Order: sequence, then structure tokens, then C-alpha cells
Amino acid sequence: MLKHKHIILFILLSFGLNQVGFAQFEIPDKPKFQTSVYDYINLLSASQKNNLEQKLIKYSDTTSTQIVLTVISSTKGENINYLGAQWGEKWGIGQAKEDNGILIILAKDDRRIGINTGEGIEYLLTDALSKRIIERDIIPFFKQNDYYGGLNKGIESIFEVLNGEYQGTRKSSNNEFPIGFIFILLFIFIIILISISKNRRDGGNGGNRGNRSDGIDILEAIILSNSGRGSYRRSSGGFGGGWSSGGSSSGGGFGGGFGGGGFSGGGASGGW
Amino acid sequence: MKKFLPWIVIGILVIGLYSWGKGFNNTAVEYEADAKTEWSKVESAYQERADLIPNLVSIVKGYAAHEKETLEGVIKARSEATKTTIDAGNLTPEKMAQFQQAQQGLTGALSKLLVTVERYPELKADQRFGELQSQYEGTERRIRVARDRFNDAVNIYDIYTTKFPGKLLASLFGFEEMARFKSAPGNENAPKIEF
Repeated sequence: MLKHKHIILFILLSFGLNQVGFAQFEIPDKPKFQTSVYDYINLLSASQKNNLEQKLIKYSDTTSTQIVLTVISSTKGENINYLGAQWGEKWGIGQAKEDNGILIILAKDDRRIGINTGEGIEYLLTDALSKRIIERDIIPFFKQNDYYGGLNKGIESIFEVLNGEYQGTRKSSNNEFPIGFIFILLFIFIIILISISKNRRDGGNGGNRGNRSDGIDILEAIILSNSGRGSYRRSSGGFGGGWSSGGSSSGGGFGGGFGGGGFSGGGASGGW
Repeated sequence: MKKFLPWIVIGILVIGLYSWGKGFNNTAVEYEADAKTEWSKVESAYQERADLIPNLVSIVKGYAAHEKETLEGVIKARSEATKTTIDAGNLTPEKMAQFQQAQQGLTGALSKLLVTVERYPELKADQRFGELQSQYEGTERRIRVARDRFNDAVNIYDIYTTKFPGKLLASLFGFEEMARFKSAPGNENAPKIEF
């Protein structure tokens, strides 16, 4: 009896939905292995996928901003940015406090791509800028069926926006991030570090080689391995969630996984 | 021993009732607070839209100055909409309807404006306008997302406070049913901008 009920319900439902014109897209469950690229339809070759994946993981390691790319065939009629907001929220892309996740959805058969920004990213990567990146940097490649090229360029542009380097008519000149100042600070910091470590070596076999010097070694390694990129994050607080637990970018997905960032519907989309 | 038995039973009952009431109350408070948080997001999404309008109006004015009536309609609807705010602690159905109506008026005026814009290809070609448009599109979507999440949060709260036996406690403690967003007539054809 119960089974029959289910069947009838199913028929009724599929009828109703057919009339509306779409079945709902079901957002995949949050994956156990959390990385940066999910190509559900194998649009990208293995090496292309790997390139993008490594690039995004590395970026997340240095800035804690998690950018995730998903490739699907169709959103089944759902607005790609509305879907993206639900999807990003469900997976919790980005760090919980900073809400610094970005979810890029490429719907191949819809011929549409959407950039969805986490709540904490919206003020940097505005809807208008997302739109511009899609139209200027991504779509031209897609028109020639070069999906990898478009995605790669688009991701590069997103990096530029987040680092405050994207060329364009950004109006917010008054609250520009003082990158120059931070570079100077960093420079001084490095000099101090170097002089300290020199002192230590000169001091040679002193009995003072306790925790302090170990700490400096670690700091030094961090500075050298990052060569200053994305360093302003560090000056403003911690190392992000992924840093400490994940270690270096050796292809293990996001260290620490998705951090629980929130999405409220920011972003833009475009078709080709 | 027999003398104490009734007291023990009463004691256990009192403790049981207390912990039930406390548990219910605290969960309901939590759900209520969640819904209020979502409400504040709804309001800020609407506020964002209102903030966008002066820019939108001024750029349209530059190309289509003689569309005075439409432009004034938007400005008037905007001031109407920003006047109507609700305190999160007072989300009654009447207030909600009022709020929705005011915002609906603005939505209508804006969609009228965007239809008008179609007649001005130069305006549409202006890059600043294009960016405002995508910003506006994003804002409408943020409103939709915020409204949906608010409704979800209210749903959780309402179900919790109206299910038996929680309902008994809800009325005792003064947890009232919260109002939700209803999709107003004509909402399906909210301003759509495809380009």
C-alpha cells in the first residue's frame, strides 16, 4: 500500500514538474574529501583539472580564501547564482568567521557560468566585477570551446581582484587596502629576522638555543616559502583554518576542509 | 518510608516538569533568535537595494531625462519603502504585510524603469549602467535568498512552538507565531534583466 502511494506521488510530482518545465537540481552532499575542483561531467582533462586544483589549493593555503570550481551539465532551470548561494552555504566553502568562499559553477549544457561570492568576499569581488570577469576573461575562451583557458584566466582575474590588482574602474579609492605599507612592514620584519638569525649563528654555541630559536626557524620557513604573497593576511591575525592542519600544498585537498563560510547570494553569471 | 513516597513522586514530577519547560523555552528562544537574525538580513538586503537607487536614477537621468514620471515614481516608492521598517521582535502578520507592500511598490516602480531603459540603447551601452545593473541583479537575488532563509527559520520556530505538547508551553510562555513572507501577486514577474 505504501509503495503504491509512493508511485502515485512520484507520478503526480513528475507530472507537475514537467509542466513547470524543470526538475529540481539536487545539490550534492558535502564531499568527504574536500578539495577545490569538482568536475562532475569530466569536462576537463586530468592534467587540466590538476592544474586548476593545485592553483586554488595553493591560494587557499596562503590566504585562507577557498575558491571551489564545480562543473555540471545543467542547473535544470534554476538560476545559477541562486543555486550557487544554496550550494556554497550547504558545503560551507570559506572560513566560518570570514565567509571568504567563492563557488564557480560551470553548467556546460546551459552554456552558462556563475561566480558566487561568499558574504565576506562581496565587498571586494562585487557583483559587477564578477560580471566583468565573466564577460571579459572567461566567455571569449568559452566561445572557442576552450573551457580550461577561460577558467584559468577567470581564476587569475579573481586572484587579482582579491589582491587588489585587477585593472578596471574601481571607484572605491578611499578605502583601498594599504598594500605598500604592508610590504614595507614585511620588509622590515624580514630584515629583523635575518639579523636575529645571524646573531644567533654568530653567537654559535651559546646555551640559548631554546624554544625561541625554534620559533624563529618556523617563521623564517613560512616567510621564505610564501615569498610575501598574500602576506597581509598574516599581519591581520592568524593563519586561517587550513594552514595549521593541512600543511603544504602537496595535493591533499583543502587542509582542514571547508571552513563553514556563508553565502547570501552575491555574484553574477553570464552565458555564451 | 511510606510517608515519603508521595513527596518523592511529587519531587520527581516537579523536576521533570521544570526541565521539560526549561528545555522547551530555551530551544524556542534559540529558534526565535535565529529567525530574528535572518530577518535582519532581509532588511539589510532591502536596504542595499534602496542604497543602489540614487545611482541608478542619476545615470538613467543622464540619458533619459524626460522619463520624469517613471523616475519620480521610483524615488517616491523608495522613500516609501525605506520608511517602513519592522522591529525584529514585532513580526506580526499585519506589519509584515505592510512591509511587503511597501517593498512591492518599489519593485514595481523599478521594473517599470527597467522596461523604459530598453528604449535607450545608448544608456544600455554605458558600462557604468551595465555594472549597476549586475549589482542590482545581485541585490534582488540577495533579497530572495534572505527571504527564503528567513522563511525557513520561521518555519522551524513555528513548527516547534505549535506542535503538541509544545504548544501548551508556547502559549504559557508567550511565544507567538511569527509571520512569513508570502509571495505577493505579481512577484513572479519581478524585474528580470537578461542581457
